[in-house]
Amino acid sequence: MTPLTISIAATIVSVVLLLVVFELIRSRRLRERYALLWLATGIVLVVLSAWRDGLNTIAGWLGVRGYPPAVLFAVGLLFVIVVLLHYSTVISRLADQNTILAQRLALLEAKLRDRG
Amino acid sequence: MSTELALSRAAAGAPLAASKRLAILPAYNEERNIGRVLDELRAVDPGLDLVVVSDGSTDRTAEVASARGARVIKLPFNVGIGGTVQTGFRYAWEEGYELAVRLDGDGQHDPAELPKLVAPVVAGEADLAIGARFAAAGGYRSSAARRIGIRILARVVSLIARQRLTDTTSGFQACNRRAIAAYAADLPHDYPEVEGIVMAIKHRIRLVEVPVTMREREHGRSSIGALASIYYMVKILLALFVDLFRRADVPLEDA
Repeated sequence: MTPLTISIAATIVSVVLLLVVFELIRSRRLRERYALLWLATGIVLVVLSAWRDGLNTIAGWLGVRGYPPAVLFAVGLLFVIVVLLHYSTVISRLADQNTILAQRLALLEAKLRDRG
Repeated sequence: MSTELALSRAAAGAPLAASKRLAILPAYNEERNIGRVLDELRAVDPGLDLVVVSDGSTDRTAEVASARGARVIKLPFNVGIGGTVQTGFRYAWEEGYELAVRLDGDGQHDPAELPKLVAPVVAGEADLAIGARFAAAGGYRSSAARRIGIRILARVVSLIARQRLTDTTSGFQACNRRAIAAYAADLPHDYPEVEGIVMAIKHRIRLVEVPVTMREREHGRSSIGALASIYYMVKILLALFVDLFRRADVPLEDA
């Protein structure tokens, strides 16, 4: 079982993260599209921090013996990879849109120059 | 058919008449080469409209080109060869050109070969004609690594196309309205020559290879070195593999 002090500290940090996410959404600095992902992350972290036997229980379900926090690392790493992959798709889309805008701009400028 | 005849017939209004015809020249910092290429194009066919697409050039490419009477489209920043060429085809599409030829602004594609290149397109035998440098003997030398790379790519693309192709990296191309539409809508950005062929086949565009001789660059160096061409080939092969599973975009409708 996680020691009480660590559990309390982790819970506080997780709740602060959740509040930061909420504030970012409220002030429209984070799009709804990404908001759900980060809200879910915050909630998972809060649950894992507050539920002191949680990590052991989940490790037990998955058959992880010896070092239960390994589950946390594995899930965390997977999560980071998924987020990065998602960002790659976002960047690709933005780059494509950027190119199309540059093309449209250049074509319109050429047309405008002919008139003026 | 004599090539001059093909061009004059086109002007007279034969089927697939190319009364409105355009040369598209993608250029990135080609101030030293572009002027001569434009002059040569004018000499070959005075009725050919010229458009230079400057890919965020930082030199006087645009000024030199417009001084020679070419229309200049200036991309605000460097978007890469695919996006640059596509801009030219979008222009050709929007302005209603029936025939568009694409050649590099660095002078390696000889405008004197143009009549030979457009002949099958003007005659209605093909939608897209590609000037192939190895189909003709001599005239062009390149590094061994690059030659082998080009050969392997040709083998792979020939398999996909179910048609023998010898040079899939050539940017010396002639397009009719159908091919212009396909390129304007859906020209792959990373490797527009090789991937463009695969895309064209997906759009059921009839393509033909025309043997042409190519020249060495007059000034400056090509953007692709010897070692880089191996890396380039591996990347293209990967891209082609992915393209096989990709759905073709719908070409633009006539406005």
